[in-house]
Amino acid sequence: MTAKIVIKDLHKAFGPKKVLQGVDLEIAQGESVVVIGGSGSGKSVLLKCILGLLRPDSGEIFVDGQPTVHMGSSDRARMLAKFGMLFQGAALFDSLPVWQNVSFGLIQGQGMKLSEAKKLAIDTLAKVGLGADVADLTPAELSGGMQKRVGLARAIASKPEIIFFDEPTTGLDPIMSDVINQLIAERVRDLGATALSITHDMASARKIADRIVMLYRGKIIWQGKTAEIDHSGNAYVDQFINGRAEGPIQMEVRAS
Amino acid sequence: MNDFLATIGRSALGFFASVGRLFLFAGVSISHIVRPPFYLKLVLRQMMLIGYNSLPVVGLTSLFTGMVLALQSHTGFAGFGGDTAVAMLVVLSVTRELGPVIAGLMVAGRVGAAIAAELGTMSVTDQIAALSTLSTNPYKYLVVPRILAGVITMPLLVIVADIIGIMGGYIVAVYLLDANPSSYLHLTWVALKTPDVMSGLYKAAAFGFVVTLMGCYHGYHSRGGAQGVGSATTNAVVSGSILILLMDYLLTSVFFS
Ligand SMILES: Nc1ncnc2c1ncn2[C@@H]1O[C@H](COP(=O)(O)OP(=O)(O)OP(=O)(O)O)[C@@H](O)[C@H]1O
Ligand SMILES: [Mg+2]
Repeated sequence: MTAKIVIKDLHKAFGPKKVLQGVDLEIAQGESVVVIGGSGSGKSVLLKCILGLLRPDSGEIFVDGQPTVHMGSSDRARMLAKFGMLFQGAALFDSLPVWQNVSFGLIQGQGMKLSEAKKLAIDTLAKVGLGADVADLTPAELSGGMQKRVGLARAIASKPEIIFFDEPTTGLDPIMSDVINQLIAERVRDLGATALSITHDMASARKIADRIVMLYRGKIIWQGKTAEIDHSGNAYVDQFINGRAEGPIQMEVRAS
Repeated sequence: MNDFLATIGRSALGFFASVGRLFLFAGVSISHIVRPPFYLKLVLRQMMLIGYNSLPVVGLTSLFTGMVLALQSHTGFAGFGGDTAVAMLVVLSVTRELGPVIAGLMVAGRVGAAIAAELGTMSVTDQIAALSTLSTNPYKYLVVPRILAGVITMPLLVIVADIIGIMGGYIVAVYLLDANPSSYLHLTWVALKTPDVMSGLYKAAAFGFVVTLMGCYHGYHSRGGAQGVGSATTNAVVSGSILILLMDYLLTSVFFS
């Protein structure tokens, strides 16, 4: 079986700053992959490249076997219809009430009726632990964690085949984090969705990942089953998952 | 010396690159105007924001423009022909030139800035990226409604500006300069020519296009947080205003040559 998403030798730089320097990754249908890595290591950029929101400098990306890097805009629109994405900053539309944010893809993309869309939005909000009273508020009236959950609801509302989560549990309390972890795991298990998530939260990574991938200096330096991460034998991974300041990963902080 | 040439070369290249980007942006936007889906509701909403909400500023500025024109021409032409010239000068300048240009500049300040700030914020907070992941083309959803609304509402605004401007001239001429009301109205009517008015309305549509285009372009491409949005807003207003005056010259030379 060919993989759902294949990434080959992906490079992306912003001016002189090389962010991705040859990323290779395959994600199988129905698999949940979690990407870990230091802040600024290019995790969000990787996701945006796959979606075509950023154009990679070189390398190839295949979704369902189709090359996507040089895709025309109508083909890309068709491809993106398979995706749901939770952005790191939630990226809610602040001119629209919460419920229209959640069902935006259904109203615009599939022409769903407003009354039906609102009902579905309220149901989806309930899944991320938000009540119906939130539906009519605007995003600016929500707390950061609530915005995150609305973004999550928006990403899953249209039941996409492939879902990207950029730090789904950042800014949530531990209990709500667990609710969200379960929700993501459930999406993948019950609906057969393929998921690619970014997280700094190792508890969350352990719960939602089939496979964990570590990004460092623009390359994937380790990948393996979730259970293997504790004895990866990789000094970088060990340092990262145990959160130690000392080790091979030198953060860009220097006492001077 | 070499450094100097290199600097000039670099800035020239940079300039052509941004002109190219702008034309590309305009081309893509226009190509999306004619292809479905169409967001009619968004166009109407933008027409309200651009047109209706600009009425007070445009009305006030054109009122004063008409008043000042009457006053200036009265003192200027006092020696020869006197009052007959006032009505004609007011009508001609307002319909051909000042109505569209003043309204255009006001809209560039109000609307160009607002569009750039809104799209800029959407761009730096990933909202534009989010649109495309939700089966919605950002050009169609954000850019096209604003440009269409600009092209449609600017001529309507200018009709209002023309009427108020001419009225301003009338007020000054009749109440301040003691012109005869009925003969002033008659002279105004005689001086009012359809081609003049129409040329002003064509200009208005062109100004509506450049103002909204510059707002969208600078907003869409803004980078780097609040500061980036701030400079996008400034650039939208400055470039919009410059382009209005440039277009005004070009269109005038086309219409009246
Ligand atoms: N649009 C952009 N323009 C210029 N540089 C960018 C852009 N987007 C990202 N970068 C740079 O790319 C690098 C990687 O950014 P990215 O957002 O992918 O980090 P990340 O791994 O997601 O970090 P975090 O865990 O903090 O979210 C950063 O150094 C950032 O400065
Ligand atoms: Mg990130």
